[in-house]
Amino acid sequence: MTHRQKLGVALVLLAAFQLLIVFAGFFAPYGFATQDRKRPFAAPTTLHFRDAQGHFHLRPFILDSESSELYPVRFFVNGAPYNIAGIIPAHTHLFGVEQPGRIFLMGSDAYGRDQFSRFLFGGQISLLAGLIAAMLSVSIGILMGGIAGYYGGWVDELLMRGGELFLALPWLYLLFAVRAALPLHISQWEVFLLLVSVMGLIGWARPARLIRGVVLSAKQRSFVMAARGFGASDAYLLRRHVLPQTYGVLLTQMTLLIPQFVLAEVTLTFLGLGVGEPLPSWGTQLASLQQYYVLSSYWWMFLPALLLIPLFLVFYTAADALQELYKTVTL
Amino acid sequence: MKYFSRRLLHAILLLLGVSLFSFALLQLAPGDFFAPLKLNPQISSRTVEGLRAQFGLDQPWPVRYGHWLRGILHGDLGPSFAYNSPVAPLLAVRARNTLLLTGTAMLLAWLIAMPLGIVSAVRRGKWSDRAGGVVTSALLTIPDLVLFLGILLLAVRSGWFPTGGMASTGIGELSGWGKAKDIAYHLFLPALGLAIATLPALVRHIRSAMIEVLQAPFIRAARAHGISEYRVLLRYALPAAANPLISLFGFSVATMLSASLLVEVILSWPGIGPLLLEAILAKDVYVVLGTVMLSSVFLVLGNLVADLLLFAADPRIRMES
Repeated sequence: MTHRQKLGVALVLLAAFQLLIVFAGFFAPYGFATQDRKRPFAAPTTLHFRDAQGHFHLRPFILDSESSELYPVRFFVNGAPYNIAGIIPAHTHLFGVEQPGRIFLMGSDAYGRDQFSRFLFGGQISLLAGLIAAMLSVSIGILMGGIAGYYGGWVDELLMRGGELFLALPWLYLLFAVRAALPLHISQWEVFLLLVSVMGLIGWARPARLIRGVVLSAKQRSFVMAARGFGASDAYLLRRHVLPQTYGVLLTQMTLLIPQFVLAEVTLTFLGLGVGEPLPSWGTQLASLQQYYVLSSYWWMFLPALLLIPLFLVFYTAADALQELYKTVTL
Repeated sequence: MKYFSRRLLHAILLLLGVSLFSFALLQLAPGDFFAPLKLNPQISSRTVEGLRAQFGLDQPWPVRYGHWLRGILHGDLGPSFAYNSPVAPLLAVRARNTLLLTGTAMLLAWLIAMPLGIVSAVRRGKWSDRAGGVVTSALLTIPDLVLFLGILLLAVRSGWFPTGGMASTGIGELSGWGKAKDIAYHLFLPALGLAIATLPALVRHIRSAMIEVLQAPFIRAARAHGISEYRVLLRYALPAAANPLISLFGFSVATMLSASLLVEVILSWPGIGPLLLEAILAKDVYVVLGTVMLSSVFLVLGNLVADLLLFAADPRIRMES
C-alpha cells in the first residue's frame, strides 16, 4: 500500500469511529446511566441464530438469563431519550430488545449498566478532551513557534527556553501538580474543561519547536525573500507564505497529539483525578479494574481497554502516513 | 570545562524555574491540607489556625517559597502534613524503591533491545526484521495503562506472581538471601511491564542508528579487508552508531523517576508514584513539590550525563566547544 492509500484507509476508519461516537445515543441501546440492579456484572449477551429445535432464524435473538425467555433483537426501537449531538432530542435506537430483556454486547458493570453504551458515550468525553486539548496546544504551538522562528533573536531565545521548561518537566507529574492546584470537588463539567485546558496548555512546547524549525527554514526560501523584497508586510508573509508550509507538521502533530491527550485524560480519570462518575469516560470504565475481584472474575470489564488498542493503531497509522507523505512532498 | 559549567548553570536555572512554577501553581489551589479539619465540629477553628501557623501556612506564598528554598540548601524539603514527618527521608525511601524498579527495567530493556536492534538492522528487509517491525509497532500502540492492567490481570488470574507490594508480610524473618529472593519475586512483574513499555522505542532507535552506519563506505571497506562480520558489527559499526544511543540512554536515566508512575500505582509498588498520588489528593503540598523537584533533577541529570558521555565519546563535539 502506498502512504496515500494507507492514510485513506485510516481516515475512513477514524471517520466511521467518530460517527459511532458522535451518534452514541443512536447506536447505544441504553443510556449511559441506565442501571439494572438485578444484573450486576452480567456477561456479554450471546446472539443466537438457532433456537432450541435447531431452526435457523435470520433475526438474532437473545436468551435472557433472568427470565430464561427468548427476546428477538429489534432494530430502530424506541428507548431511552437522548440528544443527537447534544441538541436534538430523540429516542430511536439502532437496536434493542423488548423489556424486561436486556442486551449487553460487552457485558454490564457493577450497577448493571451496559458497557457497550457506556463505551460509546464515554468516547464522547474522552475523544472530545483529546481533540480540544490537541487543538489548543497546536494553536499555542503555532503562535509561539511562528513568532520564535520568524522574529528570532531574543524573542526566540526567551520562548524556546520557556518551552524547554515545559519539555523538561515530567509532564504527567506536571499534570498532577496542576490538577492538585484545582479544587477536588467541583462540577464534572468544570473538571472536564480544566483538565482539557491544562493538558492543552502544557503540551505546546513540542509542536512549537517543530513549527519554529519549519518557519526558520521557510523564511529563507527564495520566494519568501522575493516577496519581502517586493515590500510584503510581516503579517502578509506569515499568512501567505510561511504558515502554509507548516501545515504538514501541524497535521502530523494533531494526529499524534490527539491519541496522546485521549490517553492522558483516560489515565488521569483512571487515577481518580479526572472526570468522575456518573459521567462516562473511558477512564472511569477502566477504573473499576483497580479492584482485583473485578479483574479476576469478570473478564469483559477488560474489553473497553482492549478496544483502545485498534483505535490508537489507526491514529498512529494515520500520523505515520501523513509524516511520510509530507516528507516526500516537501523534498 | 567551560562547556560543563555553562551546562550546569543552565540546569540550575531550569530547576529554579520549575520549582517557582510548581510552587506558584500549588498556591493557586483553594484550601489546604487542614481545610477539611475546619468542617469537623470537634476541632475548634483556633486549633486549625494554630496548626496552620505551626507549618507556616498563614504566611504569604513568596515568603514560604523563600523559606523552602533556604531549607533545600540544608537538605530540608519541608514537612509532610499527612505523614507528620520531614519530606526528605520519606522521599528517600520511596525513591530508592522506584530506582530499584526502574533500574532493573532499564537494564532488562537495554539488554533485550541491543541484540534485537542490531540483528534486525543486519537482516534489514528479511522476514525476521519485518516480523520484529510488526511486533514493535504493535507494542507501541498498546497504551501503557492497558499493558499494565493486562499484566495485573495475568498476575491475578494465574496466581504465579504476587499482585502487589514489594515484599511478603513475613519478610522480616527471612535471611539476607531470602529477602533478596522475595523482593526479586515481587519485582519481576512491574519491572517486566516497564521493560516491555520502553522496549519498542529502544529497538527502533537502535535499528535505525545501526542501519545508517552499516551503509557507510568504511563498513564496506572493513568487510572487504576480510574482517569477520562479528568484529565489523561490534568494533566498527556499533561505536560509530553510538551517538543517538547515548542520547537515548540519557533519556532513560532522565525518566527513571517519572516513567514508572503508572506501573507503580497499578501494581502497587511502594515507590514515588503512589506517594505523589496520595499527596495530591490530600493537598500535602511539600510532598508534591519534593517529588516533582526530585524527578526534574533526574531529568536534568540524565541530559547532563548524556552530554558528558557524548563529549567523551565524540571528538567532533569536543572540538566544537
